[in-house]
Amino acid sequence: MTATTNAPPTRKRSHGEQAAPPGRRRSLGDLKVAMIFLAPATLGFVVFYIWPTLRGAYLSFTEYSLLSAPKFNGLANYERMLHDSFFWNALVVTVEYVVINIGVQTVLAVGIAMVMYRLTKSITVRAVILAPYLVANVVVALVWYWMLDFQVGIVNQGLSWLGIDPVAFFGDSHWAIPTVAGINVWRHMGYTALLVFAGLQTIPAYVYEAAEVDGSTEWKTFWRITLPLLRPVLVMVLVVTMIGSFQIFDTVAVTTQGGPINATRVIYYYIYERAFTRFDFGYASAMALVLFAILAVVSLVQLRLLRAKESDLA
Amino acid sequence: MSVGRTVAWVLLFILLIVTLFPFYWMLRTAFSDNTQLPGHPGSLLPVESTLGAFKRVLGLSTIEEAQAQGGSGAAVNFWLYLRNSLVVATITTVCQVFFSAMAAYAFARLRWPGRDKVFALFLAALMVPPIFTTLPNFVLIKNLGLLNSFAGIILPGAFMTPFAIFFLRQFFLGINRELEEAAMIDGAGHRRIFFGLIIPMSGAPIATLAILTYINSWNDYFWPLLVGQQENVRVLTVALGVFRSQTPQGGPDWAGLMAATLIAALPMIILFLAFAKRITNSIGFSGIK
Repeated sequence: MTATTNAPPTRKRSHGEQAAPPGRRRSLGDLKVAMIFLAPATLGFVVFYIWPTLRGAYLSFTEYSLLSAPKFNGLANYERMLHDSFFWNALVVTVEYVVINIGVQTVLAVGIAMVMYRLTKSITVRAVILAPYLVANVVVALVWYWMLDFQVGIVNQGLSWLGIDPVAFFGDSHWAIPTVAGINVWRHMGYTALLVFAGLQTIPAYVYEAAEVDGSTEWKTFWRITLPLLRPVLVMVLVVTMIGSFQIFDTVAVTTQGGPINATRVIYYYIYERAFTRFDFGYASAMALVLFAILAVVSLVQLRLLRAKESDLA
Repeated sequence: MSVGRTVAWVLLFILLIVTLFPFYWMLRTAFSDNTQLPGHPGSLLPVESTLGAFKRVLGLSTIEEAQAQGGSGAAVNFWLYLRNSLVVATITTVCQVFFSAMAAYAFARLRWPGRDKVFALFLAALMVPPIFTTLPNFVLIKNLGLLNSFAGIILPGAFMTPFAIFFLRQFFLGINRELEEAAMIDGAGHRRIFFGLIIPMSGAPIATLAILTYINSWNDYFWPLLVGQQENVRVLTVALGVFRSQTPQGGPDWAGLMAATLIAALPMIILFLAFAKRITNSIGFSGIK
């Protein structure tokens, strides 16, 4: 894999790196050209990814209000977090959101993918169910904010036709998080279904044929064959959608703004408020670092589940 | 047709309705007269259909006209925000895709010490949640005096994203090397190979990436909210947030709000209709984004 063998720009390259004859002296290869090709991307990477990552870690150990230079204060921000009930509330609310959002979305996505797999491979159907994903979070949030309005929203109108009392979807603290989660399920379920759908197509037909020969019912086939074979895809999908889900911000920012009371003050929104309305950058950075750690742990755990058995179809 | 298949078709039909209805409702409300909306919450057609809401949010009606149709009367100009979104998304997409393609070429085709390690480092950046880098980036943009400027909004995304480099590298690796070798024998340098061979041969993946980048950039809210509040650089998503917070609590301007969201969503809907097949197929292919 080391690409450091000397290979002059001739036909010798044709077999690719693995086949390059070993034992040549180390050289810089195309380093000069590579530096030119990489210059813009590296500049952006260092200035807007590497440097802020290091600086963010440093800021988390400081008191910094943007007005004067950051003042080192050791672990004070982290100690403060332990006793900050708003921080813990934000974590609880976020987890509640993620569980509802990812749970409902994944089940629906698998269902949609199965239905599509059985019925139609129509590109039009796939395009339609992808459409919500391509519209901005803010747009989706506002359209649903209107549709779910307590007084004149169409959803409550529909409920009244069914004889059900109107629901204050955004105003009731029990409903607020499930509502926000539901809105984002609407936006993401089609996209997630397409990912699962792509995974379904990798399962070879003979597996199903064998199951049919053995007289397995469709229901049994789904639980005993499809789902286990789909697991690697499902775990990847879960890792990616869950990381995204933890970063819920836009929907909350344009609808409830953390309310009612603190019912939807998710961690991203709380960090944002601390940093940009209280200019408490040190503390906000510390919370962002903790969020980073949580996401890293969540992904690692899920990836381990994936690797436990790479594929059941050896 | 078995019972199971019938049920499945019904479910699929319901899904399509659930997916499309909010788009229809946005349209229906945007063409309604806001003062009449509360009286007909269940009307499936626009209530007293009018273009008033569009005129209002595009700054084409007088304050009196706007208020007569239930607007707040505050000056809004979605033409300006539309222009700002176009500027930001276009420059971001062109720069990001081009520079990422250059980098992807260096990772896919050039040989230099430490290449795979550097590539792994680029990919590792995908793990860092945006808010963590956003805070220091805000400080940097502020210290550079770029708050409320297009440069401030565009710069962080203009050079690369790890995903763009990863996506294009995959394609470049798949391109047959023989053409390049022939060109090299003819004395072509890497610059000519990149511009004359690799880019023309990667038209499809570059177009797909450009469309996805454009959509993401157009829909972005968090970063422009932080650095681009002022009207002259305010993009559509930020403007929608402002519009929503300005609308009176007692009688919100729902028609105006839906007209504004329609203006923000329409370019993406058109882009999607034009490239639906390409975008839809890219989901299966690129796997995960």
